[in-house]
Amino acid sequence: MEERPDHRVIEGIVEPGSRVLDLGCGKGELLLLLSQGKNARIQGIELNPKAVQECVKGGLSVFQSDIESGLSEYPDQSFDYVILNQSMQEVKNVDYLLQEALRVGGRVIVGFPNFAHFKARAMLFLGGRAPITEALPHRWHDTPNVRFLSIRDFEAFCRHKGLRIVRTVYLGAHGTVVCLPNVLARNAIFVLTK
Amino acid sequence: MNKDSVGTVDTQYLHFAEPPHELVLESGKALGPVTLGYETYGRLNRERSNGILVCHALSGDAHAAGFHTGEDSPGWWDNMIGPGKAFDTERFFVICSNVIAGCKGSTGPSSINPRTGKPYALDFPMVTVGDMVKAQARLIDFLGIENLLCVVGGSMGGMQVLQWAASYPERVRAAIPIATALKHSPQQIAFNEVIRQSIMVDPAWRMGGYYDQGQPRNGLAIARMIGHITFMSDQSMEQKFSRRLRNGNYGFKFATDFEVEGYLRYRGDSFVKRFDANSYLYITKAIDYFDLSDGRLIPEGKRTSTRFLVISFQSDWLYPSYQSQEIVRQLKKRQVEATYCELRSAYGHDAFPVDVEEQTMLIRHFLESTYSGNGGRYEGDLRWKSGRTTG
Repeated sequence: MEERPDHRVIEGIVEPGSRVLDLGCGKGELLLLLSQGKNARIQGIELNPKAVQECVKGGLSVFQSDIESGLSEYPDQSFDYVILNQSMQEVKNVDYLLQEALRVGGRVIVGFPNFAHFKARAMLFLGGRAPITEALPHRWHDTPNVRFLSIRDFEAFCRHKGLRIVRTVYLGAHGTVVCLPNVLARNAIFVLTK
Repeated sequence: MNKDSVGTVDTQYLHFAEPPHELVLESGKALGPVTLGYETYGRLNRERSNGILVCHALSGDAHAAGFHTGEDSPGWWDNMIGPGKAFDTERFFVICSNVIAGCKGSTGPSSINPRTGKPYALDFPMVTVGDMVKAQARLIDFLGIENLLCVVGGSMGGMQVLQWAASYPERVRAAIPIATALKHSPQQIAFNEVIRQSIMVDPAWRMGGYYDQGQPRNGLAIARMIGHITFMSDQSMEQKFSRRLRNGNYGFKFATDFEVEGYLRYRGDSFVKRFDANSYLYITKAIDYFDLSDGRLIPEGKRTSTRFLVISFQSDWLYPSYQSQEIVRQLKKRQVEATYCELRSAYGHDAFPVDVEEQTMLIRHFLESTYSGNGGRYEGDLRWKSGRTTG
């Protein structure tokens, strides 16, 4: 399986034995990493039935559901971490989802592609085309993304909504990015709490 | 005999609840003695940890797999139970028993009432799904199994699965309710009532006392025809029958013109030969009474270590997916580790015993992770070993 740097980062964030809910868990690669490496008690939610079956193959527990309607039944603070890795940008009601995620989980880990990465900027500014990059690989007409945001956008959003940013990790082409993340980072990982 | 078949099998019988130790039913009435017809496939391991209870649907029976001597057709879930199949009998000990109130070897309205020496008929007490499960638990005790690896079933069998999880959570490591519901909706009760009425308005029903004269054939056949309509989807009926005519032309009489009419009549007639009308009444009533909604599946404040795999089928309109999702909602409320999958199928409610490929895949891996302990590992090994509920 292809090594996913974002998965390794998230694995590093989650403490051993945590209760984890992964929203949009796909085939369960990250959950498998967390259950094996961190002995985490895991639950996934994933809409794609084929991906759900892959999860079951790996012994993972997954609900086939869209992530926006998947949280309301959970009691408050059911999980230590709720993960939205590469799935938040596919959701219409981001505000509601993050509020719900912070209700059922102590901390929320959000991973999203940075729309202001320099390659994306160049494609739009110089090429005059909708950006297609490693982190944003889809064309305008077939992308599952409905929200396009930069790292600064998300920081501003968290400020506006009163969400506390506990930690950030920025990933570029060659590992983590320290300087100018909004230009150099392809992906951003935020750890949020209330 | 295929190498993936369990081969020749016999139904066995367990007798218990001899008076004065009758089985006390939910209604407060007592039933005894009780006989349960059951079959087993595979072997119980030394740790007694590989037992799987398969629960049958409304008109099913204990004969889930393999062949009875002299019969050509195998048990009703033979495509799932056998060496190398989803319920691999090389590894697991599979048990299936006929429900009480049934007519396939377990005590029901057609059984002899020891007090009168005649069939019970309507003197048979009303039983519930809870009572069926209570009787099954006696069988599991008799087989020497403390904790079941898995309880599985579809439709009414799925209700029994849910009832097991509610009544004996500490005895069930994994539950697989398929195409089922926490309770019947008014629409489902309505279908069952039409089914019951069609039997009861048949003069041959004789207030249930027909055993000397034979079944209420017409009523029971119509009852089953209604059932079959609800088992199929619009799409599968189109594929199977379309508007095809049996003789190529309209007959301009009230005879069987369309293929679908012939099919339903055939199904109705063959059901009369194999199923007792009173059993149909009692069991449909038990299904209608079943209700584990409003937190009755897992009471508030309770935790369970039972893992769940909930399966529904897209084209099933008798037990639509929203009812399985309601089960899932209850599990989320109680923070239960669970998997839910809605499988694509055109077959409607019939998909559960028919459409097995994805079911096999899901169940095989779910059982594997439960059996090897992977699935429960994150809850802590002790919880599985002790098998106790907390809270």
